[in-house]
Amino acid sequence: MREVAVVAFAQTRHSAVDEGLSEPELLLPVIRAVRESTGLRSFGFTCSGSCDYLAGAPFSFVSALDAIGAWPPISESHVEMDGAWALYEAWVRLQHGDIDTALVYGFGKSTQTDPYELMTLQLDPYYLAPLGLDEISYAALQARAWLDAGGDEKTMREVVRRSRAAGRANPDALDLPDPPGDESHLVEPLRPSDVAPVTDGAAAVVLAAGDRARELCERPAWITGIAHRIDPHYLGMRNLARPASAADAARAAGAGKGAIDVAELHVRYSHEEPILREALGIPDGTVVNPSGGPLAANPIMAAGLIRIGEAARRVMSGAAVRALGHATSGPCLQHNLVTVMEG
Amino acid sequence: MPSEQDAAGPSGGPLVAEHTLEFPGGYTRTTGPVIGRFLTELRDGRVVGVRTAAGRVLVPPLEYDPDTGEPVTGEYVEVGPAGTVTTWSWVHAPRPGHPLDRPFAWALIRMDGADTDLVHAVDAGNVKAMRPGLRVRPRWRAERTGHITDIACFVPEVTKIVAPIRTAYRLRPGRSLGRFLEGVRDGILLGGRCPDCDKVYLPYRISCPACGAAVDEEVRVADTGTVTTFAINNLPDPRAPQVPFVSAYILLDGADTELIGLVGGVPADRVRQGMRVRAVWLPPEERTTAMTNIRWFEPTGEPDVDLDAGRDAQGGA
Amino acid sequence: MGDRCAVIGVGQTRYMSKRRDVSIAGLVREAALRALEDAGLTFADVDAVVIGKAPDLFEGVMMPEAYLADALGAAGKPIMRVHTAGSVGGSTALVGASLIQGGVHERVLVVGFEKQSESNATWALTTHLPFSSSLVVGAGGYFAPHIREYIRRSGAPPHIGALVAVKDRLNALKNPYAHLRIPGITRELVESTPMLWEPIRYLETCPSSDGACAMVLAAEHKVTGTPAWVHGAAMRSETMMRAGRDTVSPQAGKDCAADVYRQAGIADPRRDLDVAEVYVPFSWYEPMWLENLGFATEGEGWKLTEAGCTALDGDIPWNPSGGVLSSNPIGASGLIRFAEAALQVRGLAGEHQVPGARRALGHAYGGGAQFFAMWIVGSEKP
Repeated sequence: MREVAVVAFAQTRHSAVDEGLSEPELLLPVIRAVRESTGLRSFGFTCSGSCDYLAGAPFSFVSALDAIGAWPPISESHVEMDGAWALYEAWVRLQHGDIDTALVYGFGKSTQTDPYELMTLQLDPYYLAPLGLDEISYAALQARAWLDAGGDEKTMREVVRRSRAAGRANPDALDLPDPPGDESHLVEPLRPSDVAPVTDGAAAVVLAAGDRARELCERPAWITGIAHRIDPHYLGMRNLARPASAADAARAAGAGKGAIDVAELHVRYSHEEPILREALGIPDGTVVNPSGGPLAANPIMAAGLIRIGEAARRVMSGAAVRALGHATSGPCLQHNLVTVMEG
Repeated sequence: MPSEQDAAGPSGGPLVAEHTLEFPGGYTRTTGPVIGRFLTELRDGRVVGVRTAAGRVLVPPLEYDPDTGEPVTGEYVEVGPAGTVTTWSWVHAPRPGHPLDRPFAWALIRMDGADTDLVHAVDAGNVKAMRPGLRVRPRWRAERTGHITDIACFVPEVTKIVAPIRTAYRLRPGRSLGRFLEGVRDGILLGGRCPDCDKVYLPYRISCPACGAAVDEEVRVADTGTVTTFAINNLPDPRAPQVPFVSAYILLDGADTELIGLVGGVPADRVRQGMRVRAVWLPPEERTTAMTNIRWFEPTGEPDVDLDAGRDAQGGA
Repeated sequence: MGDRCAVIGVGQTRYMSKRRDVSIAGLVREAALRALEDAGLTFADVDAVVIGKAPDLFEGVMMPEAYLADALGAAGKPIMRVHTAGSVGGSTALVGASLIQGGVHERVLVVGFEKQSESNATWALTTHLPFSSSLVVGAGGYFAPHIREYIRRSGAPPHIGALVAVKDRLNALKNPYAHLRIPGITRELVESTPMLWEPIRYLETCPSSDGACAMVLAAEHKVTGTPAWVHGAAMRSETMMRAGRDTVSPQAGKDCAADVYRQAGIADPRRDLDVAEVYVPFSWYEPMWLENLGFATEGEGWKLTEAGCTALDGDIPWNPSGGVLSSNPIGASGLIRFAEAALQVRGLAGEHQVPGARRALGHAYGGGAQFFAMWIVGSEKP
């Protein structure tokens, strides 16, 4: 495998309210930032992740192309998935050996609709979607499964408290207060603070291969492993407390081959953190979600890419030697992507 | 039908009287063992056939093989639960004795596992739902007595569910489009000039789509321009006054990119590439922040523009 | 270009307006199982799955790779879902091939599909956001003005579009999977149908179809059966909003073709290729793409069509399968072009086989003619 690294990462100051910018306008400063930090105007390949249904119209990713100045024509592709999978596609493309750089971005405005209800549309259209199962409801099913398998609500509370505090210290994340002690349940066993906030935002990453990476960045975050796996879909046909695909992806990415200083996990519900820690084999000493994670800012379609970016950033700054970035998609951690990066 | 007047009238019409033959309580038809078995099973909610000596499964069961007259075997076979329509007809106006009191189909139905067809009614709702090969199942009557009508009728198998899906959004136009529409509200068309490539983009936008540079300069673009190309649409659209209507690419004077708008005030077949047009605005008191402030673009009457001259100047690509 | 990659299995469903007899999973499985059967493999032999389709609005199922994962044997494996507007079928094949060219996987299943009868394609394509500076028109209304400009620039006579419509539908009669079957179709019949968006008539327009197409791609050391080798693969996108953009012959199309020809060592596509499956959803796009793809010089594309060069018995058959004009499940249409190109060089195109075809072009485009995906496949190793 060709050595490929993250050499730049930028994200918006994520917002809990619609600030009146279109998706391309949201993306523009982030694209400019990675162009400036690398000095690159054009890239060997470009790939993005976004969701038409989130935007409210088909082909919504097309206008984003106008924001990146696709002229002369560029080699470019798009996945209707979180930007983390666009990063994966770009990493694969760089393995061919004929190009050395790739631009990756993801974006989404969740404030425009009810994202929890929107997620119902991703479910089995015959047996699940017609029940009107919203995301909080099915996440609650997984939370219950985890608690029944030996989990503890106190762990969930601590995840929320810690994530929000880290988010307050992160200028790009939301300033959310410590969770109140007397919250009543939303959908048992979940309380409002267990749920990631609705957020608008975008992020971009630049990947580079071999010597090119060394030219563009003092300390590239080398991707030493990257893999993704998916579990069967139907909620009653897999073990909700132990997502096999997360463990498989971590194994395939070689997560367990060394210490992990920092892990950024795509935690959208507090119970997902302990589930993922176990499935991915995150050691106790690892710092988890120092950015605050999605519980502090959750721009859907960019949140997974941001986990990889945040982990990479700490390697690029020298704060971490080995870091893990995780992204998820599908109901109840059905699909998991793991990236391992080293300085 | 003869009227009372006919019957009773002294004008000499024919004598007519109503008359019925009806055995009080109905006929008692004993079934014999084969039909009895079929109806007993029907009362229990099952459809069975009987096997002939030649191996065929007859549904409904007879005591004899219709082809040979030979007795059938004693082997009963459960068939169904579903069957396939092989032939059908549609009743638009049901008679009182029909199985249903709304339009329905008569059908020959080959139950799964049978070698002959059962005759019954299919409550398909609409004649368009009927076709040979349609899969159907019995709709069982709640109170069954051992009668062919224990199956009230057949109904098509489920082949689809209807999923009403509606996602709701609160949308904002974004900074660029918002600014542009503010201009439109005031009867002004705003473009933006890219400092690097010196092109004026319409509508106004904050970055250049070709080079990515930030666009700061607002440029007021004229509301007159040239039709570069167009389509004559024959399919109706709620946003256009009538069919046929013309949707055109219009290069407004001062802009380097085109707008797509309606062309009106001229018959569709008289619109030309190169034609000069001007915007027809709604009166100021009727305007909103939307492009519908421009009703359409109408010809100015100026001579047509030579499109090839402009194209060469832009260098083609 | 990376490692060598070959197509070793192709599966298609019969394209038709409504597939009432299958669920969405049933539709994709039909194509996937046929492709696996063609390749002599089962789901267990596949390392990764890539699916592609047009906007989710068509079926009202968002990000359907989640629901379809196990239906495509992907449980425990990686799955990706590509979305690049109309070119998606092509990009899906390229993303699948990329996994093999990059040495990441050895056998990849790629599937493109659309079950657009669950809603209505015209409705889905004309939904638009509330704020806009321009009138938004459906696909035909969008492309008709560019066809008009082509006719003006080239001086092409008005009957050329009808010739393409006839040719592609006659070819479709030889393709058991094709949707539109109009035996005895003639130029007179086409020209008697209503004008929808002048100059496009009803019978010059692609149908709306349900369907799925799948391919099994393999790395060199895992090739079995009769392969179609990938000789070149490229995608290009350009911004639609550029001042002075050529919408008749987009630069992105020219650049994409140049890249793929260079990779495959093609100097003159008309001479060096034996057959082309090209995304022609409205008849006039054949002469336009003949020029854009370098088969004819600017302004001369219509002459090739008129002379019968692109007919099944011509010197450079275009769309022997019947093309998009005969079958159009939007999310799969691009993949069908790539798959048909592969069938041609494998000698497996049945009645619509171009005799002795050894090199073929597969082409797809989407959006406002701004996304292009192409590949060249050959019967010999590159």
